[in-house]
Amino acid sequence: MEITTTEYKRCDVVKTIGRIDSYTAPELEEALTGLTDRGRYKLVLDMTDVDFMSSKGWWVLIETQKNCKRYNRGELVLTGVQERIRDSLNLVGMGSYFQIYDDLLSAVANF
Amino acid sequence: MATEKFPGRFESLAGIRKFVSAAAEDAGFDDKEIYAVELAVDEACSNIIEHAYGGEGKGEIICTCNDISNGLEIVLKDNGVKFNPAEVAPPDFSIELEKLKPRGAGLYLIHQMMDDVAFKFSSESGNELRMVKRKVN
Repeated sequence: MEITTTEYKRCDVVKTIGRIDSYTAPELEEALTGLTDRGRYKLVLDMTDVDFMSSKGWWVLIETQKNCKRYNRGELVLTGVQERIRDSLNLVGMGSYFQIYDDLLSAVANF
Repeated sequence: MATEKFPGRFESLAGIRKFVSAAAEDAGFDDKEIYAVELAVDEACSNIIEHAYGGEGKGEIICTCNDISNGLEIVLKDNGVKFNPAEVAPPDFSIELEKLKPRGAGLYLIHQMMDDVAFKFSSESGNELRMVKRKVN
């Protein structure tokens, strides 16, 4: 799995490439915690090149979302979520906790 | 029928998914169905490592894929502590974000992704999880 973080004026974009499972989820957690620990709470996760996501990955995002939304200081939004991943997210019922944008530009513009 | 043994470690998950997705492809499932099989097996194996074995490197996961007339049967075996699905409460995602607790989603997903899900335990052979995915047509 590959993770790159780009800081924009209004938010940070975290781009993840690969498969997010119980083995790789801690890397994603580290990247996201690295941002929230520095007071960066407006985050976009670009999942265009994520082709697998297990519930372990979703829990990392849920914990990040809790942290970001606390005191209304920000939010974690998602973009580029592949259909089958989006389906499993909605099936398990976690979909309502995230705003999902079709493209990166709209996700960034949300902030 | 194909059987493979994997070390009970999270880094085995990619190999286990590859093994079952190849079997699902051979069985004639489409991409969406193959993903469902991969996800169910990944969740099940993560649970085995985390809960049955209580951590990594404690035992093996034996995965068997059987072609059945209208689909695919996958059997996962481990020698960890007894897993009782009745003790796992289904996740409640109607509650507010702050109150969410990270548990139960894996088992719930397994049931959503597969058509039959059956757990069995014996003190000699440990846990056995049998899952079946059927073709729609």
